[in-house]
Amino acid sequence: MNHLISELKSLLPAESVLYDREDLRPFECDGLSVYRQLPMVVVLPDTIEEVQKVVRLCREHNVPVVARGAGTGLSGGALPLENGVLLSLAKFKRIIDIDVENAMATVEPGVRNLAISEAASRFGLYYAPDPSSQIACTIGGNVAENSGGVHCLKYGLTVHNILMLKVVTMEGELLTIGGQTLDTPGYDLLALMTGSEGLLGIIVEVTVKLLPKPERAQVVLAAFDDVARAGEAVGAIIAAGIIPAGLEMMDRLAIQAAEDFAHAGYPRDAEAILLCELDGTHAEVSEYIMEVRKILTDNGATEVRTAKDEAERQLFWKGRKSAFPAVGRISPDYYCMDGTIPRSQLPRVLRQISDWSAEYGLPVANVFHAGDGNLHPLILFDGNKPGELERTEEFGSRILDLCVEVGGTITGEHGVGVEKIDQMCTQFKSAELAQFHAIKAAFDPSGLLNPGKAIPTLHRCAEFGAMHVHHGRLPHAELERF
Amino acid sequence: MDEVSLQQQVLKAIESRAPLRISAGKTKAFMGQDATGTLVDLGSHCGIIEYDPRELVLTARSGTRLSEIEKALADAGQMLAFEPPYFGSDATLGGTISAGLSGPRRPYSGSARDFVLGCKVLNGRGEIASFGGQVMKNVAGYDVSRLLAGSHGTLGILLEISLKVLPRPASSITVSRECSQEDAISIMSEFLSRPYPVDGACHDGERAHLRISGSSQAVKEARKKIPGDILPDADQFWHDLREQKLPFFHRPGTLYRIAVKPASRPLHLNGHWLLDWGGAQRWLYSEEDVATIRHQTALSGGHVTAFRNGRNSTPLPPPLSALHQRLKASFDPEDIFNRGHIFATL
Ligand SMILES: Cc1cc2nc3c(=O)[nH]c(=O)nc-3n(C[C@H](O)[C@H](O)[C@H](O)COP(=O)(O)OP(=O)(O)OC[C@H]3O[C@@H](n4cnc5c(N)ncnc54)[C@H](O)[C@@H]3O)c2cc1C
Repeated sequence: MNHLISELKSLLPAESVLYDREDLRPFECDGLSVYRQLPMVVVLPDTIEEVQKVVRLCREHNVPVVARGAGTGLSGGALPLENGVLLSLAKFKRIIDIDVENAMATVEPGVRNLAISEAASRFGLYYAPDPSSQIACTIGGNVAENSGGVHCLKYGLTVHNILMLKVVTMEGELLTIGGQTLDTPGYDLLALMTGSEGLLGIIVEVTVKLLPKPERAQVVLAAFDDVARAGEAVGAIIAAGIIPAGLEMMDRLAIQAAEDFAHAGYPRDAEAILLCELDGTHAEVSEYIMEVRKILTDNGATEVRTAKDEAERQLFWKGRKSAFPAVGRISPDYYCMDGTIPRSQLPRVLRQISDWSAEYGLPVANVFHAGDGNLHPLILFDGNKPGELERTEEFGSRILDLCVEVGGTITGEHGVGVEKIDQMCTQFKSAELAQFHAIKAAFDPSGLLNPGKAIPTLHRCAEFGAMHVHHGRLPHAELERF
Repeated sequence: MDEVSLQQQVLKAIESRAPLRISAGKTKAFMGQDATGTLVDLGSHCGIIEYDPRELVLTARSGTRLSEIEKALADAGQMLAFEPPYFGSDATLGGTISAGLSGPRRPYSGSARDFVLGCKVLNGRGEIASFGGQVMKNVAGYDVSRLLAGSHGTLGILLEISLKVLPRPASSITVSRECSQEDAISIMSEFLSRPYPVDGACHDGERAHLRISGSSQAVKEARKKIPGDILPDADQFWHDLREQKLPFFHRPGTLYRIAVKPASRPLHLNGHWLLDWGGAQRWLYSEEDVATIRHQTALSGGHVTAFRNGRNSTPLPPPLSALHQRLKASFDPEDIFNRGHIFATL
């Protein structure tokens, strides 16, 4: 047994240190299972002090640390390092406090997203960001990824719904970031920590904002015989001054897969459907439903249906929320992309994806957060066919380049992780990447927290650029090439 | 001024390590300590670059007058939902975001930084860099543009800013009733956990005012359930509250801003109180000494600033303060920008 492991065993109870190959197996990947790696050792601390002891030891031995919540991440952010410690927050499952008067909850990072809303429910409150993975993913992982969900159009992302974090730095120091007040002196480190993918600190406590459950929520389903027309209807709803609680789109392949899986009652022959959720007070919702129905009809919807009761509303959403696993059933493998684009570019980008789909011979199902322009094309492939994964990745990276080209971004909510690290070179210039590294160094001077993820080195971009020349322009041209 | 000449000015300052003082509309110079150095005037770096109401996104140069932006938005039935205070008609977008101030709608819609989507910044290495973007969701790289909001120009010169904007509510009324501060706190706290379309709540020392906004049906319906009188001229009232023009603010003496959890009981400090943000932001004129004010605020888990010169900011704990120093250096290694403006050490 190596030296570090025996020292870890002296710090933590025996069952909290795993190093047998079979015990390490469940930690070898996150939700993006095309990347796999066994860590040297897994630790499962139970208290903040134990986390501090572990990182101090790792710091002393110069061993990298990767934090892990539920491992549902879709960009390889929690992918272990061969020579590193995987620090699981699975034991941090306590809900510390629900403060009804101030509408906030303080929880440990390993608490599941949905568990917060369940605990707050008896007070008429809930936690708004609702990733489709909410039954499994942890709030710590949500903060690390700045996760979104179908209700983010109206209620914001994780960054808009958290107040305070307790964070352990790689030096083993415990910092309080943000506060229970609506602002705190100094820089907005809360914004910086949110979405930092485990590179700046280990989140050991989270205080979230809770919202009152709306009096009523209702969903309207609209079918279209053309995807671009559905895209235009999205813009028309927003232009009318309505911010739906959720506004989601699915295309034909996704509709059929979801329908076979969830029997949600979707029109199987539609080219696209929109799900538009409206919430608020009773009268407000009624007023908006009338308006939205009219806008959808005026914009060429072939069918507009309002869920007839709460059960049907749940069913409409069940279809949407289970779209990923549903697509998983119709193809041996699928690859989920996560670019965001300005809404006006929807028709152009969807058309281009469909052309490329034909060119590569790889079907694509589109399921996405249409309201905020966050696309999730799912590329269907078979990893057992030689070369197919590589072609899928190439197709995917073209989609992401296109998102950047039309003024969008390579990732709306799933993070960069290891997966999109090369596309970061497309989106950012050297000055920006250098600034990211400087921020990282300010938080983690030793560079031992989740190294190699999220932010590419400038050298990596130089190499990537050499392989990947756009429109004859060499990105990062000022850098030496080798 | 254009980007290139601004960049030249910064490069020169870096070379001679001579500090720069960033200013545009000069409406918020009273916040924080006087920065030293040569003036960089952003006032002429102005203009709306892109605004498509369907995208709910507006991009403008930092010197653009806030009034120009709000006019363009109002013409399209939209608004800056954080209701920014101006403190003078020359207020600019850059100053507004750098100061990170938000108006009465803050607890219900979000803060200035919540609406920042992206920015272009000139850093302390003389480089121009862009962070975030023009889309609602973007998690590529650290969220630098939101970090810059509220950093009072100490990390770089903001050149362009993209903001999320929202539709203006179709209808709005303000319901008012006489009550004590203590009762107002309970009323306002109750509305935090009840699904009413409240988007402003304050207590001016005598009366609690609740602003209800939304679709006309929603407002009508809520009105039936919320007792009190309709406040005439409500727009003017909220404007004056935001701009500190209510009679309350006409007093002499130091104005303290105290941030606490919204439902915190009244603090044991003598003086004149006005509660905004549903109780989360409290204004106080008091003769008590600063140590007492700080102490009482700390007992409530809050923090306090002398709003009009920032000298009594609650200090940061040492490890956090050290992190701030390192972060400042990561943007501005020669300490050129707004030296000493928010904390003596930043
Ligand atoms: C079916 C499915 C649907 C999904 N739907 C959505 C969706 O709608 N919206 C969305 O945004 N995402 C979605 N995701 C992605 C994923 O669920 C989110 O990114 C989630 O926030 C990850 O949480 P986790 O606990 O699983 O984190 P992990 O996967 O364990 O970790 C994610 C990252 O966070 C870091 N991390 C985790 N915990 C901590 C901590 N305590 N401190 C510091 N760093 C930490 C890790 O190092 C890693 O970089 C989906 C995933 C799946 C599989």
